[in-house]
Amino acid sequence: MASPDRGRPGEQMSQQTLLRVVAKMTIPFILVFGVYVILHGEIGPGGGFQGGVILAAAFILYGLVFGADELRRRIPPPIIDACMALGALFYASVGLASLLRGGTFLDYGMLKPHHAGDGEALGMSLVEYGVGLTVCSVMVTIYLMISERRSTIRPGEEGL
Amino acid sequence: MELVLPEAIHAHLPVLVVLLPLFGGLLALFTGLIQRGGGFVAWLWSAIITGLILVCAASMLFEVHTTGEAMVYRLGSWPEQYGIGYSVDALNGYVILVVAIIGFLSTIYAKDSVMAEIARDRHHLFYSVWLLAIAGLIGITVTADTFNIYVLLEISSLTVYTLVALGGDRDRRALVASLKYLILGSIGATFILLGIGYLLMLTGTLNMNDMHEQLVRMHQSGELANNRTVFVSFALLMVGLSLKMALFPLHLWLPNAYTYAPSAVTALVAATATKVGVYMTFRFVFTIYGGVYDSSADLYFLGLCACAGVVISSMAAIRQMNVKKVLAYSSVGQIAYIVLGFSLANESGVTASVIHIFNHALIKGGMFMAVGAVALRAGGTKIEDFKGIGRKMPLTMAAFTVGGCGLIGVPLTAGFISKWYLVVGAMDEGYWGIAFIVLLGGVLALVYIWRLVEIIWFGKPDDPTKQVREAPLSMLIPMWILIGASVAFGVDAGWTADSAHAAAELLLEGGP
Amino acid sequence: MESLGHFNYWLAIVIIMIGFYGVIARRNLLKQVIALGLFQTGVFLFYVTMGVYRSPDGTRGVAPIWTDAAKTGPFDNPLPHVLMLTAIVVSVSTLAVAVAIIVNIQRKYGTIEEDEILEADKRDS
Repeated sequence: MASPDRGRPGEQMSQQTLLRVVAKMTIPFILVFGVYVILHGEIGPGGGFQGGVILAAAFILYGLVFGADELRRRIPPPIIDACMALGALFYASVGLASLLRGGTFLDYGMLKPHHAGDGEALGMSLVEYGVGLTVCSVMVTIYLMISERRSTIRPGEEGL
Repeated sequence: MELVLPEAIHAHLPVLVVLLPLFGGLLALFTGLIQRGGGFVAWLWSAIITGLILVCAASMLFEVHTTGEAMVYRLGSWPEQYGIGYSVDALNGYVILVVAIIGFLSTIYAKDSVMAEIARDRHHLFYSVWLLAIAGLIGITVTADTFNIYVLLEISSLTVYTLVALGGDRDRRALVASLKYLILGSIGATFILLGIGYLLMLTGTLNMNDMHEQLVRMHQSGELANNRTVFVSFALLMVGLSLKMALFPLHLWLPNAYTYAPSAVTALVAATATKVGVYMTFRFVFTIYGGVYDSSADLYFLGLCACAGVVISSMAAIRQMNVKKVLAYSSVGQIAYIVLGFSLANESGVTASVIHIFNHALIKGGMFMAVGAVALRAGGTKIEDFKGIGRKMPLTMAAFTVGGCGLIGVPLTAGFISKWYLVVGAMDEGYWGIAFIVLLGGVLALVYIWRLVEIIWFGKPDDPTKQVREAPLSMLIPMWILIGASVAFGVDAGWTADSAHAAAELLLEGGP
Repeated sequence: MESLGHFNYWLAIVIIMIGFYGVIARRNLLKQVIALGLFQTGVFLFYVTMGVYRSPDGTRGVAPIWTDAAKTGPFDNPLPHVLMLTAIVVSVSTLAVAVAIIVNIQRKYGTIEEDEILEADKRDS
């Protein structure tokens, strides 16, 4: 299938029915799997880093098939930037919360001092959610930055 | 001192000095949402955060000096062997204070410089990365966990690479310099990681004090005799650290990175990044391996590299046509003095190193600020831009000249004090050659500084009609605080010498 | 046989050295960064190998997950593995920063070959 705009692979790919359908079918599963890995990280293999990357893979697949511009339209970059900071802030806030409750920084036990083990579990899970959010948005940002105006940048032109 | 904080915050100070810039940096990103004047808000926010860090750092050092004990903080209340511990003693309390002072003053200084050199829509990103770099630098200094050192080292390095690359808006060579720095810096960090891996294998722990205890135990039971693991780990760490602190001949990344970075970044990085590298070396050589591993041969080799560094980099500085590059090569030479001091492994030598960390940070920070002011007003830092500029920017150039005297080691400047201790240390060991090298370095510094001073005060400008004004107050004040302090601590070295002495004693406790 | 038992360590060091050679020898900036990644990956392998437990009689440790096998028998040391999780993130961040800088170099110089960049700089000054 020849597309009139050959310079933009994203758009070219979105013309292909097979790719579109398969991407649309797999993306929800990838997202669910990513969330599962993040949630599971507290007691088993997995966690924020791995889950975040899997989540990002779903977005990047969307970007590859439908074009980075389309992805940028769906999730505007300012929101991704904010998510990056928010995830890390969330992590640090969990640590700060335990500090404010009379423990030391990241002393999860202080989150629920009367139930041994509960505070640790809660703290670890919350931290993993923060990590997942940050990792996912960082990965998407890296993809978006590198794909940015890929075909339009010529030598000597102002970048970024 | 009025810096005593409420009791509740007090115990958390070691972690607060890292948390403040970390939170501050992340929150600074949100100033990008402010449509107009966001850059100013980001600057104000950074200035407040770095000011608070300075207060924390000063009260920590005060506390350490009054109680005479290290402040220990355990993240997550884990016992020392398992968790990450932060610990502040006479040595790193001092280095944190240096980073905090330079961090605060260069943030104040950054306002006009960043306005002129960085695109408007990126100011919030700049200050965010800036604060994260300070968080990394202070984190390396405060932590007592070796792997944490690696992580924070990479945080500070990655942010500094980014800051250097931002100079690419004005000069595209900044990008190449930054990438070179990134590649060599990452190699250095990976060597450090590998060295820490061998140490972990040997001792089964990551905490510095615990590592030292395990090594002492193994040393006493004779397990360490002919143990090649400890030898390999030491060698790997030394290579990595030498790259990080730009010890000659592993300094190749430094001159270009300092030259093409934005002015404010150069002031911050030149005064702190390599100093923190030296601090790490102290920790590994003395705190961890002290008394268990005979490092005299390695230190001898480091000393030789440093001697060569003093002479060769000073000679390279004489030939440069860009003032920033002159100062960058001079930095390589000054780092070599610091390394030379502790490679002597006696009290005066280590004191000279510690004291020169502080003195050189003041002098070089102030001088790079002066050069940055010229970049702002005259539009460049080439030798031609400096011709006769002393008459147009007298205050800035007076600061530059006084700082230059410090580099040479003229009596009554801070540089003299460091060199004095260094020569005394060399004499104690009977190394007359080192004393000669120190004096030769001073003469070479005189040559490259005089060459600049002559151009600045007596040169004829190429274009006499060119309008050049004195630098704004926001630049002059931090510059003169640093240069003024370097003179004040040269006239009365009591406080710096005492602090450095306490730090040196602490380091040499376990033996070289 | 003892040297064979250290097979993984040999492999790690070989990978580290290949990566190190690549960083020094390649003149293409992107290839240098890829070699840098390889260099770091060798160190990860080194750490991961370090954590594996094998007792003198040959019993292997199990994965350090809260299962019945790990409660009773020997298990691998999870600490180096966790450290490497962090180091991998650091390595990815380094790669990201490096690629971002290289993209900008390509935009400003029109090349990512070191020799051509040096030449362009020489022409400038």
